[in-house]
Amino acid sequence: MSDRGTYIERPNRPLQVYAAIFLIVLYVPILFIPLFSFNDSIYVSFPLTGFTTKWYSELWSREPLWNALWNSVKVGAVVSVICTILGVIAARAITRYRMPGKSALVTFLMMPLVIPGIIFGVALLVLLSRAGVPLSLYTVGLGHLIVCLPFAVATLLPRFEGFDPSMEEASADLGENGWFTFWRVTFPMVFPGVVASLLLTFTISFDEFIMAFFLTGTDPTLPMYIWGQLRFPQQFPSVLAMSSLILFASFVLVFIAQWIGRMGLEKK
Amino acid sequence: MSNSDAFISIRNVQKFFGTFRAIESVSMDIGQGEFFSLLGASGCGKTTLLRMLAGFEDTSAGEIYIDGQPMSDVPPHQRPVNMVFQSYAIFPHLNVRDNIAYGLRKRKLTRAQRYELVDEMLDLIKLPGYGTRKANELSGGQRQRIALARALILRPKVLLLDEPLGALDKQLREQMQLELRALQRKVGITFVFVTHDQEEALTLSDRIAVMAGGKVLQVDTPQGLYEAPVSRTVASFIGNMNFFEGRVRRNGAATGAVEAEGLGTIPIPVDRLTRPDGAPVQVALRPEKFALTATRPDGDVPAVPARLNTAAYLGERSHYYVAIDGRTAPVAVSSPNVSRVNGPAQAGSDLWLSWSPDAVVILDPD
Amino acid sequence: MTDTSLLPDQTADAIAPRRRGARLTAMLHRRESLRGYLFMSPTLAIMAVGIVAPFILLLTMSTWTRQGFDFDTTPTFANYLRVWSEPIFGALMQRSFWISGVATVATVLVCYPMAYFVAFHVHKHKMLWLILMTLPFWTSYLLRVFAWKVILGYEGVINSGFLALGWIEEPLKVLLYSQTAVIITLAHAWAAFAILPLYVSLEKIDRSLLEAATDLGDGPVRRFFRITLPLSMPGVIAASFLIFIPTTGDYITPALLGGPNGQMIGNFIQLQFGPVNNWPMGATLSIVLMLWIAAIGLAFLYLTRVARKRLA
Repeated sequence: MSDRGTYIERPNRPLQVYAAIFLIVLYVPILFIPLFSFNDSIYVSFPLTGFTTKWYSELWSREPLWNALWNSVKVGAVVSVICTILGVIAARAITRYRMPGKSALVTFLMMPLVIPGIIFGVALLVLLSRAGVPLSLYTVGLGHLIVCLPFAVATLLPRFEGFDPSMEEASADLGENGWFTFWRVTFPMVFPGVVASLLLTFTISFDEFIMAFFLTGTDPTLPMYIWGQLRFPQQFPSVLAMSSLILFASFVLVFIAQWIGRMGLEKK
Repeated sequence: MSNSDAFISIRNVQKFFGTFRAIESVSMDIGQGEFFSLLGASGCGKTTLLRMLAGFEDTSAGEIYIDGQPMSDVPPHQRPVNMVFQSYAIFPHLNVRDNIAYGLRKRKLTRAQRYELVDEMLDLIKLPGYGTRKANELSGGQRQRIALARALILRPKVLLLDEPLGALDKQLREQMQLELRALQRKVGITFVFVTHDQEEALTLSDRIAVMAGGKVLQVDTPQGLYEAPVSRTVASFIGNMNFFEGRVRRNGAATGAVEAEGLGTIPIPVDRLTRPDGAPVQVALRPEKFALTATRPDGDVPAVPARLNTAAYLGERSHYYVAIDGRTAPVAVSSPNVSRVNGPAQAGSDLWLSWSPDAVVILDPD
Repeated sequence: MTDTSLLPDQTADAIAPRRRGARLTAMLHRRESLRGYLFMSPTLAIMAVGIVAPFILLLTMSTWTRQGFDFDTTPTFANYLRVWSEPIFGALMQRSFWISGVATVATVLVCYPMAYFVAFHVHKHKMLWLILMTLPFWTSYLLRVFAWKVILGYEGVINSGFLALGWIEEPLKVLLYSQTAVIITLAHAWAAFAILPLYVSLEKIDRSLLEAATDLGDGPVRRFFRITLPLSMPGVIAASFLIFIPTTGDYITPALLGGPNGQMIGNFIQLQFGPVNNWPMGATLSIVLMLWIAAIGLAFLYLTRVARKRLA
């Protein structure tokens, strides 16, 4: 006799099995990448021929790869910081002030979340080329700002929504000025959201492809470098090794971001 | 196993949530057509017990019989009971008629027959013509009635009500209490009613089970619970009560008494004394069983001198706190304001406190 | 009564005539909406530079025509007429909608039970489950698509695995470079995104409604179709919207896995800006795609309104 859960929520064996299969199917395709990255064969196919780490050590000597990695880190760092600052200001304004047309504004802000990236990519490309701006990491960064901003705002909004404005008022009442109140009261309260937003937008920028595809000049980002390598099947094992490292780093970063971001938001 | 007279028979039912014991071996019987209340503070297990009757919680041990049938293996949707939920649980995507007709689907009825039954129910709950209203156009009281109609239309053997009046404001609640009682008489269905409001339980019920800490403390009629509580917990949960430390005094087999602090020796018929001579007891007297007078009452009435501490005028009655010798805590007295000129209202005045011996309740010490 | 002498600063401030700069501050202080817009302005500026301006120019360019390596900037609807009259464009659009439509339906169908499971049957570590389900979505899209290339390839995981197991005689050719490959990959890649709105709408359902349905005689299956599913419709609509719109214009998946029959509108747009070098045509196709998206978006919005209204 079970002594937990009401009739509605009592354990359902078929659903449990389904959930397990779902997670397996969700993760296994991705796990083939690290699996074959350790396979001692130029061909990405079964049966596995032997264990090797040579595809990883081979990465060390690839100068262009390291340049691309450095480019991606630069763009990601700058984009995540700018996005998060803008996101904090926007989220605070959205939650604190009564503004006419606010919901339309928020919808507009969230558009890049849904609209295919290719449209933003070509639109920016057209603008930049007509304005005579040469394509560079800066143009990639601009594209990434557009893509990442909605995620920053979406991560930060719930933090500000759960924030009791009377606390700011209490601080103001105790004689603190606006900036001081922000630093001493508001910022610590939304800090987890800020960290989550930084990590998340960095990862998104780091992994972003389609904007970079249209807006990259001579300095490729890491995904662009990988895209270039995908044309050569003999490069597959190296790409697999590279991808494994990127996936691992992304998973860790996003997991931390999600964990921090949701901390304290769950109602229990 | 089951008591043949009882319509609902709860036998040694227990409920654990993990290691927490929500219900500790409860047994009781509920008769057919009875308005039966489960009364207790929140967390006492009353809702859990009700949900076990409905089948939403399974029993960790014991058995529940309804109309002679054991219920353990009957899933909730096949039990002959229906429930009125605390939140009413009106389906938001259906209109009033579809809400009320929800459970009729299984019966082989034509649409016209279904609607006719719904219209009958709408008349019964005094909301005729509300069939096509949407769920979000209803007030709290209306939702409550629709929840009631939705359950009653299925003619269940038992109707379970989980604090159905809790969300209503005071005036509407009192009106609904009367309507609910009248409705129950009319349909003759057994009602099991959960509430934490003792006044509501007293008003509505044929019998009440007082629960605390997962246990049933007493099952009795409203009058029985009020006049003859079996424990201090029950006595203080229902109404107000003055408790006096006391001792049993037996003079042979014929006459008996209790000695209560500040009240002196009160003669009690021997058959009401269960404990031996000298045993400590609690002597309990409700505030309205006392009388305050300026002079010592005539005749055999027991009385002690008292000094008035505070007086509160409440309209229909007044509450007093008086100090008596031999007892540190003040005694609460409540008396109706029968004349316009209220008697002893001046704090500090010296009065007489009297009581009728047959109103005295003798309880075991806790 | 307040003793004002105890508060010298505040009184002095209030009495002193306002300085010039203080006036603006005061106005901002009073006009709440103005302050709000002031805070929003940097974000809005970026959105204006990054979205509004490019779109205006894109719209303008769509009325130009290519002339050798330059543009003829005389406004004309020639590109739109071509898109309207030449069947290839219509077919391409249709195929894009078909592929992402099937992927959307598949994703929602597959994700619904999972969202249901987490909403109703996970009691401990709910947050962990949610993160676990959505985690892949945040990682590199390119690499997840690449993973499917590895799996579905001619010598990929499935073919080589099945060959090694002796289940097939020779590699299956239908796996890679087909619409099926695109649909499978899109569904897999977007599953994590569909889970969230489904989960939120299921989690919101008041449990007492489900108990009431049970109490009124519905078994689990009937209860699901009469209560749970209708009440979770807003989530189903939102999830469909969130998958359908972005996948319609997807580029990577059809480019890597689609083959000639699996190319979608996004690939065609890229062609115009790349090898074909007909930017005005590319701009036109982008605008047409945007218009379609806007129309579909409005349809979804209407559906959501209807669903919300019924549930309000």
